[in-house]
Amino acid sequence: MYKKTVAELLAALADRTISSVELTGLFLARIERHAGLNAYITLEPERALADARAADALRLQGGDAPLLGVPIAHKDIFCTEGVRTTCGSRMLESFIAPYDATVTARLKAAGAVLLGKTNMDEFAMGSSNETSYFGPVANPWDTGRVPGGSSGGSAVAVAAGLAAAATGTDTGGSIRQPAALCGITGLKPSYGRVSRYGMIAFASSLDQGGPMTRSAEDAALMLQAMAGFDPRDSTSVDRVVPDYRATLGRSLKGLKIGVPTQFFGEGLSPDVRHGIEQALDVYRGLGARIVDVELPNSRLALPCYYVLAPCEASSNLARYDGVRYGYRTPGHESLIDMYKKTRAEGFGAEVKRRILIGTYALSAGYFDAYYVKSLRLRRLITEDFAHAFERCDVIAGPTAPSTAFPLQAKTDDPVAMYLNDIYTIPVNLAGLPAVSLPVGFDRLGLPVGLQLIGRYFDEPLLLNVAHGYQQETDWHRHFPPEFE
Amino acid sequence: MSLSRKDVEKMAHLARLQITEQEIEYYREGLSRILGVIDQMNEVDTRTTAPLFHPNEEALRLREDRPDGAIDRDRMQQIAPQAQDGLYLVPKVIE
Repeated sequence: MYKKTVAELLAALADRTISSVELTGLFLARIERHAGLNAYITLEPERALADARAADALRLQGGDAPLLGVPIAHKDIFCTEGVRTTCGSRMLESFIAPYDATVTARLKAAGAVLLGKTNMDEFAMGSSNETSYFGPVANPWDTGRVPGGSSGGSAVAVAAGLAAAATGTDTGGSIRQPAALCGITGLKPSYGRVSRYGMIAFASSLDQGGPMTRSAEDAALMLQAMAGFDPRDSTSVDRVVPDYRATLGRSLKGLKIGVPTQFFGEGLSPDVRHGIEQALDVYRGLGARIVDVELPNSRLALPCYYVLAPCEASSNLARYDGVRYGYRTPGHESLIDMYKKTRAEGFGAEVKRRILIGTYALSAGYFDAYYVKSLRLRRLITEDFAHAFERCDVIAGPTAPSTAFPLQAKTDDPVAMYLNDIYTIPVNLAGLPAVSLPVGFDRLGLPVGLQLIGRYFDEPLLLNVAHGYQQETDWHRHFPPEFE
Repeated sequence: MSLSRKDVEKMAHLARLQITEQEIEYYREGLSRILGVIDQMNEVDTRTTAPLFHPNEEALRLREDRPDGAIDRDRMQQIAPQAQDGLYLVPKVIE
């Protein structure tokens, strides 16, 4: 049961093969048994079982909801009323959210049962889950390796059978890169598709919440519940939410898949390249045409992002001042001293590094050279995608340049760590939807992820292209053997 | 682009971060490295390109400034480090 997809679990719940209480108990027991993975920061066993009992009772009375009784996990960046929400930081170690994020509320309304909150890089800043105040997360395919980040706990919870599905957030690759490294399906929706209300802010023009699942069909089911207009998020886009599952299974014959030459250059591991080429062959077999496209400015996405994201972060994280909520230093001499000590003690090194970079780039004399320059580049990068989509329906390439790397391999070199996101970052800058799906393994038996990028708000096609591949192959069905 | 220790101290002050002597060197080194990558942006001439602030360039919605009950003061202040009579307490700023 713990290996089944959400779609299969819904069928099992509907025909009474299993109850939500049994299913929830099963996942809670597995979470306890595999606590060494450190996938969760906070567990809510009593609450989860109570919600499962209520779901079972509702079903018995003939009631239904799209995800009724399905046990899921939230990345610990989504506010959950009455439940600790840490964002992976000491700053929020004992923060009990006074309200639900819209994503939390929508999944609750859809009947999902919340198992707990998953581990993550501090304030979502990291690509290995090693910046978490609550310790690193282990990759179930090799526990000496990282799961990717920042949504590492959610990726591991799904990959190791510690939840049926999970939520994540993606600012520069934080859903797709851990999905790739853990062998699961992860979707970053179009910017504005999923409400950011109650989702702790990192870089507000880039952050987007999305599902992390065992299949594209599950991603469709989860997105269905998460997506939609929210008046409480000023960047939420008021567009109809299509029925994502209805368009799954359509033929891919004649589909044009663009492959950017820039995504296959220096730095890409041969094993990943091989995996991507094989996946493209599967698409050829399904009747798709592969065409070359150019994203000439994508090589500058990394520097552009490492100005924009820290600038927005330095501003967003100014709110952690020890006054209204969160950590406050015990010893201080003045108000300024209280601010400085609170922030020095509450934030970890990577968060401070990004605050400092952002502060520098926004400071007098550098604003135009760094911040405005990066915004101009952002337009060029976005226009590249528009040109590429004149020649194709979706864009395909690797999600990450390598498979999962050993713990601590890149913690001493911020630039080496940032390079993990070279293929995912351009997508956030342009606000496009993209999905990562497992397409095989490297020579060490570690999962390889394929990234598919869609046009703005074209999640239906994107999900169908991912689903088509999963109907033809069974890579998404592989499970880490040590956790069977 | 290489940063000086003084640059780091100034940024830390502006960002309200207390920083130790050893940390200054740690951040100076890391930030200089990152700025080296950031400087690659200058390879492209962007003088004729307008800045793109946001993926969705349609004007952001405005709403009337009316309380909708989403924020309840007492409930919000229950999680404050120090609050009293509806006020947040901070160290004394005026002698």
